[in-house]
Amino acid sequence: MGMTMAEKILAHGAGLKEVSPGQLVKVKTDVVLGNDVTAPVAIREFEKLGVKDVFDKERIMLVPDHFVPAKDIKSATLSKVMRDFAHEKGIKHYFEIGEMGIEHVILPEKGLVLPGDIVIGADSHTCTYGALGAFATGVGSTDMAAAMATGETWFKVPESIKFHYHGKLNPYVGGKDLILHTIGKIGVAGARYQAMEFMGETISQLSMDHRFTISNMAIDAGAKVGLIEPDETTLRYVRERAKRPYQIFRSDKDVRYIAEYDFDVSKIEPTVAFPHLPENTHPISEVGEIAIDQVVIGSCTNGRIEDLRAAAAVFKGNKVNSNVRVVLFPGSQDVYLQAVREGLVEIFIKSGVAVSTPTCGSCLGGHMGVLAKGEKAVSTTNRNFVGRMGHPESEVYLANPYVAAASAIKGRIASPEEVVKPEEVA
Amino acid sequence: MKFEGKIWKFGNDIDTDVIIPARYLNTTSHEELAQHCMEDVDPSFAQKVSKGDMLVAGKNFGSGSSREHAPVSIKAVGVSCVIAESFARIFYRNAINIGLPILESPEAARDAEEGDIFEVDADSGVIHNVTKAKSYQAAPFPAFIQEIIHAGGLIPYVKERIANA
Repeated sequence: MGMTMAEKILAHGAGLKEVSPGQLVKVKTDVVLGNDVTAPVAIREFEKLGVKDVFDKERIMLVPDHFVPAKDIKSATLSKVMRDFAHEKGIKHYFEIGEMGIEHVILPEKGLVLPGDIVIGADSHTCTYGALGAFATGVGSTDMAAAMATGETWFKVPESIKFHYHGKLNPYVGGKDLILHTIGKIGVAGARYQAMEFMGETISQLSMDHRFTISNMAIDAGAKVGLIEPDETTLRYVRERAKRPYQIFRSDKDVRYIAEYDFDVSKIEPTVAFPHLPENTHPISEVGEIAIDQVVIGSCTNGRIEDLRAAAAVFKGNKVNSNVRVVLFPGSQDVYLQAVREGLVEIFIKSGVAVSTPTCGSCLGGHMGVLAKGEKAVSTTNRNFVGRMGHPESEVYLANPYVAAASAIKGRIASPEEVVKPEEVA
Repeated sequence: MKFEGKIWKFGNDIDTDVIIPARYLNTTSHEELAQHCMEDVDPSFAQKVSKGDMLVAGKNFGSGSSREHAPVSIKAVGVSCVIAESFARIFYRNAINIGLPILESPEAARDAEEGDIFEVDADSGVIHNVTKAKSYQAAPFPAFIQEIIHAGGLIPYVKERIANA
């Protein structure tokens, strides 16, 4: 029997001919990542090891993104710990705010994560890079610390689940709806410990931005990784960015998946996840009347240029409802600049949207749009847990950028078709 | 390692955002994190928990964010171990890495009621519910993970390996 992508990448990283699910393997890490919340803890643990240098100055990525620009003295101190460490150890890929962005947007954008890589990141949404065909997964700060010293980590080889998508996408439906619909089907622990492998004609036709959105939320089904086999779209994206060699791994034809799901995407509508779990999904036509106070557009899930274009297509010529605050976070400085060049930022500002510098910001209730008691938000982010965006009695509804923008205009959770014709967003 | 203590019971899908809300992630101080442990699921938890008490929870405990601050806050508030029907994978790794004992036992977790007294032998995986006079065997750890646990966590484990290399 053949091997899955996940097994092949781990076998390669472990220097073994083959591996099988359940096996514990020690692998080399191609990229080790941390942010301003997790890296300071990792640095403290790293220092306990008594090692002078990191394993490779070019393979450690330190990205201040959660609480930057610093929201208070404590977070300024955390960023300083990371900045000082980066300078002292000569870490090449440290991103000060002028060139920064949200970690999972900038690493692919700058060609720092490539197909076939093994990536551990002290951030759960590290699984985003599965869209490039990389075995990328979230870990805690101590795992990050050990890998910064040794360039190695350990994994239990996961079983793989196949997610196949076919059919034509409906208007206003994209990667966010496919992954929310999938999590709605299998639950937030539906792929716990396992590798999700996304495939089929629908996935093949998706752009990288939509694919990143899908892989990004694999963790929100409990998965270790969310993989998409590299194809021409992937290679076009990677070729113009890669500064080092990379390797493509594909699942063999005769592999056995522990479960298989097939989705006819023509039946999937724009999808909204209700509080307080991403699995509480409803098609937009069944949402009902839910008045909102805030809309958040951006994040590692939906902060890329195509997400901003989608939002702008809805905002164009419309005004934000007077009962709603809208905060938009481009995922990186490059995305921001592109949005300026395309005139999107002007559309946003004329509509009454507040455009922020790139940051994780309000996604995790950090800053830049925290919710008060009883408030409701529609957000293009990835989690709607109790208290995720502020007060424990606030509520977050997860949706795609079209729905978020339409809701901002209507003052309630709204379908994009109420605001803009399908042919105007294509 | 053997523990005895009162248990606090929680439900399914207890995520790391409610274990330690992000508004407290601007610190790495164990004492400060302890003060806010479980705050968004039970605001008085940190005040009423006693040293040696245990957490017992349903499925998928520790889901969501990778923040190690979550197991750190549980350990720092004095909880001796966590027993759940199942754990989310990043939390599972983090707990082992920082030396917070965790055990997976769906039966023990389901039968338990808040306030029950538990005796736990983390080495053998035997969980005894003293109040209900019932014993359970938790799923054993793979040998490699046992080595990390016995070393006292990942950092002492790696430090030893670097010293011997």
